[in-house]
Amino acid sequence: MTGNPFSLWVYLSQTPLLWLTVTLLVYAAADAISQATRRSPLANPVLHSVWVIGAILLLTGTPYPNYFDGAQFVHFLLGPATVALAVPLYENRSTVLSAVLPMLIALAVGSLTAIVSIVLLAEAVGLPRDVVVSLAPKSITAGVAMGVSESMGANPSITAIAVILTGIMGAIVVTPLMNRMKITDFRARGFAVGLASHGIGTARAFQVDTVAGVFAGVAMSLNALLTSLVVPVLITLLVR
Amino acid sequence: MIASLGLILLCQLMGEIAVREIGLPIPGPVIGLMLLFVLLLGRDRIALLRRGPLQGGGVEKAADGMLAHLSLLFVPAGVGVVQQLDLVAEHGVAIFLILLLSAVVTLLVTALTFVVASRLLSRRSAE
Repeated sequence: MTGNPFSLWVYLSQTPLLWLTVTLLVYAAADAISQATRRSPLANPVLHSVWVIGAILLLTGTPYPNYFDGAQFVHFLLGPATVALAVPLYENRSTVLSAVLPMLIALAVGSLTAIVSIVLLAEAVGLPRDVVVSLAPKSITAGVAMGVSESMGANPSITAIAVILTGIMGAIVVTPLMNRMKITDFRARGFAVGLASHGIGTARAFQVDTVAGVFAGVAMSLNALLTSLVVPVLITLLVR
Repeated sequence: MIASLGLILLCQLMGEIAVREIGLPIPGPVIGLMLLFVLLLGRDRIALLRRGPLQGGGVEKAADGMLAHLSLLFVPAGVGVVQQLDLVAEHGVAIFLILLLSAVVTLLVTALTFVVASRLLSRRSAE
């Protein structure tokens, strides 16, 4: 013991250990609540982990880079987890293969809807051009979306925020929305949330149903590709 | 377990190399996904591949463990975003509303297109 709580804090707040521990424990609590509410959409573990940790950082005056030194070990696993999607895809390959045509049609229509709807809405509320362009790729995974945004001279930071918000919103809204519309096909539900809300939507889909998760993963991957190709074309057509 | 994780990382690594070298507009991990998928298909046909993590459910177990907590992996990026919300908020609350509206419309249109397309196609193949 140093006998000085402040110097202990100064030490701990600089090590990756503290913020990695905080990330895991806050998520474990959020996930336990999500399970206790039988995966209620409103108990979304991403949403609640994010604001609780955000508040802790704010209260302790911890800059994000310090936090990320610890959290990066979790963040790193996003890549391997994407690769891991191959396993449920392989195990459900006959279900996926029998739905290739509906998937491709839904991909084309859904991808265009995601981009055109946000661009038209953003123009309607009078947002400046660079913000409109920054929002356009908001349905695809953050890394690719930021690349698209950057290549078009827009603001990748705004894109990242729009991507995460879209992910959380879609993950929360999808279950009640699909129930209300009486869409019971888990292939369609999963495909829609993966396309509209990338990995965060896919994580939600896996909570509900494995087949939904598989279709979400396929939709997420295909839409990342299609959106990155289509956004530049649509922007020149839609934005003056 | 370690070999399974190693295999998953190896697939990602090959994916990243392919993306950098060929300049593909796809994220490296997505190429890695396809690679692992091909390996899983391959081990059903080629006995040579049925070893290490590709037998006895090794890589399957590692992948399921990772995907069970996919939500956790988005927390660090999400926290970064929360700290920058003012960057978006300065353009007005309308941004949040239009993102929500666009998400709802996209979900509905995509799911309905899928349902209608699969019904039409299965009817045609039944005839």
